[in-house]
Parts: sequence; C-alpha cells; structure tokens
Amino acid sequence: MLQIEELNVEVGGKTILNNVNMEIPKGQTHILFGPNGSGKTSLMMTIMGFSGYNVAHGKITFKGEDITRMPINERARLGIGVSFQRPPTINGLTTRNIVEICDVNRSVDVDELAKELNFTDLLDRDVNRDFSGGEIKRSELLQLMAQQPDLVLLDEPESGVDLESIVVIGDTINSLLGRQIKCPQTRPHKKVIGDHAKSALVITHTGHILDYITADKGQVLYNGILCCSRNAREILKWIREYGYEECVRCSNEITSWI
Amino acid sequence: MFKRDNVLDITIENYNVDAKDHAYVEKLSQIEPTDAKQLLDVGVDIDENTRIGTFIQKDNSVIHCKTSQEGIEVMGISQAREKHAWLSDYMWKNISPDTDKFTIEANKSSHQGYFIHALAGVKTKDPIQSCLYIAKEGFSQNVHNIVVAEQESELHIITGCATAPHLVSGLHIGISEFYVKKGAKLTFTMIHDWGEKINVRPRTVIRVEEGGTIISNYICLKPVGSLQMFPTTHLNGKGAVARFNSVLVAGPGSFLDVGSRIVLNAPDTRAEIISRGISSGGSIIARGDLVGKVAGIKAHLECNGLILNDGLMQAVPELSGYVPGVEMSHEAAVGKIDQQEIEYLMARGLDEEEAISTIVRGFLNVDIEGLPADLKKKLDETISETQKEMM
Repeated sequence: MLQIEELNVEVGGKTILNNVNMEIPKGQTHILFGPNGSGKTSLMMTIMGFSGYNVAHGKITFKGEDITRMPINERARLGIGVSFQRPPTINGLTTRNIVEICDVNRSVDVDELAKELNFTDLLDRDVNRDFSGGEIKRSELLQLMAQQPDLVLLDEPESGVDLESIVVIGDTINSLLGRQIKCPQTRPHKKVIGDHAKSALVITHTGHILDYITADKGQVLYNGILCCSRNAREILKWIREYGYEECVRCSNEITSWI
Repeated sequence: MFKRDNVLDITIENYNVDAKDHAYVEKLSQIEPTDAKQLLDVGVDIDENTRIGTFIQKDNSVIHCKTSQEGIEVMGISQAREKHAWLSDYMWKNISPDTDKFTIEANKSSHQGYFIHALAGVKTKDPIQSCLYIAKEGFSQNVHNIVVAEQESELHIITGCATAPHLVSGLHIGISEFYVKKGAKLTFTMIHDWGEKINVRPRTVIRVEEGGTIISNYICLKPVGSLQMFPTTHLNGKGAVARFNSVLVAGPGSFLDVGSRIVLNAPDTRAEIISRGISSGGSIIARGDLVGKVAGIKAHLECNGLILNDGLMQAVPELSGYVPGVEMSHEAAVGKIDQQEIEYLMARGLDEEEAISTIVRGFLNVDIEGLPADLKKKLDETISETQKEMM
C-alpha cells in the first residue's frame, strides 16, 4: 500500500528525517513511536505532501504510484487521509460543511455519524473553534469516516483526551480500519473484512492507544532515524520500562553506519 | 496610493437636493422592473410574504409603506411627526445637528426617512423591510430615521440601500436615531448595494435602556465610491447588550471607513463587535471602539481582514477603560489566507482554488439570527458571486 524508500526530508534547510525506509502493506496497522521532536509528525506531513517539508532524497509510493511530488489533494483523492493534532480553525466553515467536503460520494449520513461520535452539538459550529483535545480528535475522525481513505495517518489520537472519549475514539478508529470486533455477524468474519481492511500509520508518544486498537507492527523514530522495527507491544514494553533511552543507543549505532 | 482626505472630502454643493416626486404604489409588484431588481438584491421581499411591514423610499418620495401587525407602526417621518407630537422628543436627541457638515445638511434639508415603532410588549412575527433608493443622477438623498422599541418589545428590521443601475453620481446622508427601551430587543440588519461613484454618510446613534438588546448586522459586498460611518451605541441601563457584526468587501475604487463605538455606561452591560473585511484592490478601514465607564462590564472586539489583491486593509481596534473592574479585550488580524487552512482543506480532497474559495465564502458568512430563508439564500448567492469576482 505505502512504500517509503531512502527518504530524506528538510524543514527550513535542516534535516528532519534521515534515510527513512518503511512499508505498510494493505490491511496492516503500524504504530510509530518516538519522543517529542523525533520527526514523527514531519513524516506524516511529508507523506501527505504539506508545504515546508522538502524531500531532499528518496521516494514515496502509494498504490504503486510515485506520489513524492504530488499535490496534497491528489494524494487525498488517491486514498490517503490524515487526522491532525492541531488543525486550524476556519472562520464560517462548520464541521458539517467540511464533513460534506470529505464525503465525495455523498454516501454518508452526517447526523448519524455525529451521533455515534457524540458530536451532534458541535456539528454546526466553526470547525475546530475552541474545541477541546477530545473534540478535535472526534471532529477529525468524523471527517475521516466520511472520507473513507485506504491509508489512515493518525497523529497522537490519544493526546489530550479524557478516558471516556478515548473509548469512543478507539472504537471509531477500529471501525474506520474495518477492525472492530462485532459478533455475532450474519456473515463469517473473513468475508466481513474482505477487501475493506484499511492500512494505518498511528503516531504515538505514550503508546496508550494500544490499549484500544490492534497493531500489526511497531517502529521507533528517534532523531529523524527509524531505529527499530518489530512487534508494537514489545516496543511499548521496552519504552514503558526504560523510556526512549535504549532507542538512543540503537539510533546512535545506526548514525555511525550512515 | 489613495489619499484618504481626498476620498472623504465631499463638496455637498455639488449635489442637488431636488427630485421629482414618484408615484405611490399599492403593491410592490407594481414597481418598475429595473427598480424591483435592485430592491431584490438588498433583501426586499417583493411578495411581502415573510415581512410584516414595508417602507420604500425612492429619491425623496415614499412610494410604498404599510404594516400588517397590530402594535407596529411603519411610516414616513413627516407623516409620523404630524401624527405624534411627542416625536420631537426623539428628533435630534441622540445626535446633535451640528456634529459635522453632513448632519448640518440633513438638518437644513431633509427628505423623509422612516419611523418604525413597536408598542410596549409587541414582538414582530416576521421582519419589517425598508429600502432607501436613489434613482436621480447627482441627487443628495438626506433622510432622517427614527426607530423606537418600547418596553419589552421586539423589532426586527431589514433595511437595504441601493441605487438605480445607471446612476453615476449621488450622495446619501442618513441620520438614524434608535431608542431601545427597558427589556426591548432590536435586531437591525442593513445590506448596502450602492454604485461605484456613490458617497454614503450614515450618522447613527443608538440608546439602550436597562435589559435592552441591540443586534446590528451590516453587509456591504458591492462597490461603493466612499462610505464613512461610525455608529455609536450607548448602553445606559443595567444589563443592556450590544452585538455588532459587519462584513465588508472592497474591490478596486471602493473606499470603506466603517466601524462602531459602544459606550458601556451601566453595570453588567455587554458589548461585542465582530468585523470581517476583504480588500480586493480597494480600501477598508475597520474601526472598533469600546468604552468601559463602570465596573462589571464585559466587552470584546474582533477584527479580521484578508487582503486578496493589493489595497488597504487597516484594523483600528480601540479599548478605553475608566475604572478597575472592566473586562475588555480585542483580537485583530490582517493578512493573506493562512496556508495551513488551504492545505487542511486540500487534505480533504479540494484543489487549491476550491480550498481558497471555500475559505473566502466562510469568511464572509456571518450567521444572522432570525434572517428569513429567502434572504439567507440571496446572501449566500451574493457571497458566491462576490467571491468569484474577486478571484
């Protein structure tokens, strides 16, 4: 689904990502761990094509197409969707308006979706105006539910969210990715999932979100270098035990090779 | 570069104050089609279905005036002065006639204007519509308007100002004195569609008593030669509230110096001014002045300006507090469209051009409480047109 090869990214002339290689196959959810400032959000912004993230070297391929220089909206149309951590407020544009923009096929019942996400009261307010942390997450997920991307990029879905909201957020992410556990169903599970399984890259600093969603793989980004790639829960255990100290050692070792 | 003084200096003598009388029409549908179109553009409902009263003045003649709700009066000011001797207690009481040369001129030679009156406790079911229209070339239309909302009444007025399509030169001087009595509420929505060379000088002062509310919405999306106004509101009674919204667009050749002053004279009064302006080759000076005289007042001012094409977008927010206990704040921002907002919408699938036009439409979209559906639709269309013209 997504392939990143030898990616070097500069922001304001400074190297932020260094030789990043990553592959997310169809239907898989990958977790991207890393301390603040390690380059996680920059990687996400680069995959989406935001200005200011200059690809100095390397290539990003999505669904077999080279998207490295593609405009943002074409990447969105091709099936990449993002949940932002600090999205901007847009004067006079309500969350309902933007959900309708996302819903290209006009196939979504906005009010029904909002009800599920406990968002009804905010639907007709300017998007992101005075939203709390949890409200931002729910608004972003509402937009993604309407957009139905094949690859979902989630930036810190659990940050600034209260315990009650995180359950709703976890459920919504699972449903967005076609990974919700719902039984009994009329058809066998295998068929329900079928071709609908979506891919995801979930950015997390603390790893709390792993209590609510399932992951196929974990990666650690430290100082712009992908220094670890293995089972997500195993990584989380290391980080919970030792913080990111061990990652520093691993990344230093990689730096000495480059 | 424009010279502000040149734009604002008007030689009143260059305009004439005489115009032929226009015939009264019983039904709005009998108005000449060219006039009717201009009226429609500033929110007049020709069928009068969703309006409980109408006042239309062309040059200096009242050509249509009526009301269908008990306890609401709508009439020309000269008729009102004959009917109510007490009206002299309201004329030139908020505004002194020697304020400036425009008030002097209006005092010297005034042609009608409207008187709108809600009796105590009466609430308008639908809005009242009014339109001041200039059809004569080189005419100076000087009107004097009085609005009185008696105790516990509710008045919603939609007023549009426009000119005949062929008009090149004209001057409009509008003296408006509004009185919002104890517990009353006045919602005043004004839509302007003047011509490219028309000069407009409204002079408005509003007085609000205890527990009263004034909501003012001002929309000017179409070209105007020069417009200068600075309505002042005095919140004189405990708990009085004023909310002012304005949406301004200045294309090439348009000059708008628009603002409002709200003076909070009593405890627990609240004031809010929200102004949005887009300069697309023209000039906008967006002013806001909040004056806090006693403790326990709250006032906020927001002024946002977008510059799409070279022009002037000047935000002048002012706060004056006279005692400790005032809570006053302002936010002002002037600049181009935020790249972050554009890219946010692009990430949802819009191309760059669609994203920009969506942002501009949103920027101009102010939610106006109680606006009839037909006018809301009309405004949305005008906003879409304006946005396309600017791009």
